Amino acid sequence: MAKRAAPEVNAGSMADIAFLLLIFFLVTTTIETDTGINRKLPPIEDSEEDVIIKQKNIFTVLINGKDQLLVEDELMELKNLRKAAVEFLDNGGGTGDDACSYCKGKRNPSSSDNPDKAIISLKNERETTYSTYISVQNELVAAYNQLRDRRAMELYGITLTEMQANYDNVNWVGNKVSLKEKIEKIKLEYPQKLSEVQ
Amino acid sequence: MSKFKKKKTGELPAISTASLPDIVFMLLFFFMVATVMRENTLLIKNTLPFADQLEKLDKKDLVMYIYAGQPSERFQGQYGTESRIQLNDKFADVKDIAAFIAAERASKREELVPFLTTALKVDKDANMGLVGDIKQELRKVNALKINYTTKKGDVSEN
Repeated sequence: MAKRAAPEVNAGSMADIAFLLLIFFLVTTTIETDTGINRKLPPIEDSEEDVIIKQKNIFTVLINGKDQLLVEDELMELKNLRKAAVEFLDNGGGTGDDACSYCKGKRNPSSSDNPDKAIISLKNERETTYSTYISVQNELVAAYNQLRDRRAMELYGITLTEMQANYDNVNWVGNKVSLKEKIEKIKLEYPQKLSEVQ
Repeated sequence: MSKFKKKKTGELPAISTASLPDIVFMLLFFFMVATVMRENTLLIKNTLPFADQLEKLDKKDLVMYIYAGQPSERFQGQYGTESRIQLNDKFADVKDIAAFIAAERASKREELVPFLTTALKVDKDANMGLVGDIKQELRKVNALKINYTTKKGDVSEN
């Protein structure tokens, strides 16, 4: 028998096939967003107990149907909200048991006693746009994060965001138990007390 | 004369396209890996708002999605332009949320139920009345962990 060489397969159209598949995946790909602002809803409680909170410890934010902000009975622009919230939370106007040793605020006696007592109350109307509501939520969360980062920097020389990144990082070398304690301590010093009025 | 004289043909040599399939395959694999097949077909307009204080939602299997927004153009004749809720490929009413949450919980292992998070994917032009209703309904069924899904960006873009 005559020995025949195996014919070579022409690979010239491989690129075309690959392009076809590529275009299919390009068209079907939707990069899903999986980031957002985490919140916890208050549970519905049967016993309606009125807790008495001093007016000076409440920071009211009202968003009306025309997406305007009313903060502490004054009209405010969104860009000033973060600063105002930081000033309120960090005021530390309390004396005696309520005194706040780590606050750097103005210690105005007519504003909040300490970050643990300070409550931000957010109220919106049915006509408020969702994007405005998210912007306000974002600014208020940012105010808390700013204070927590500052406190973490003071105590441990590292921001809370980095501490949390380290905690989630599997390759991070260090004591995770003590890191967790540090994170909890800072979260306790500036607790996120954001209440929403229905 | 000289030994090192180059041949000058005057024509440009053709660029070899032999590695083109490799490049295309590389792109192909990237998109194949990055692709997440959509679970729900969106019937509504869903432009998410921007925020920068984000937390990542991990454990995708422990997330329940509630969509809300204005119906897309082809459904506007049937459903109008008022913002609506979408659950699992269908338009739904506020009172259907309780049943939806119960069904989602039943499909998960019992010990994982407390870790379930509800992701609210709400269109940025929707009004808060609808969102408030959804939140109230979630409180009733004790699904308290929620996440407002947002894109990363500055709030001034909203």
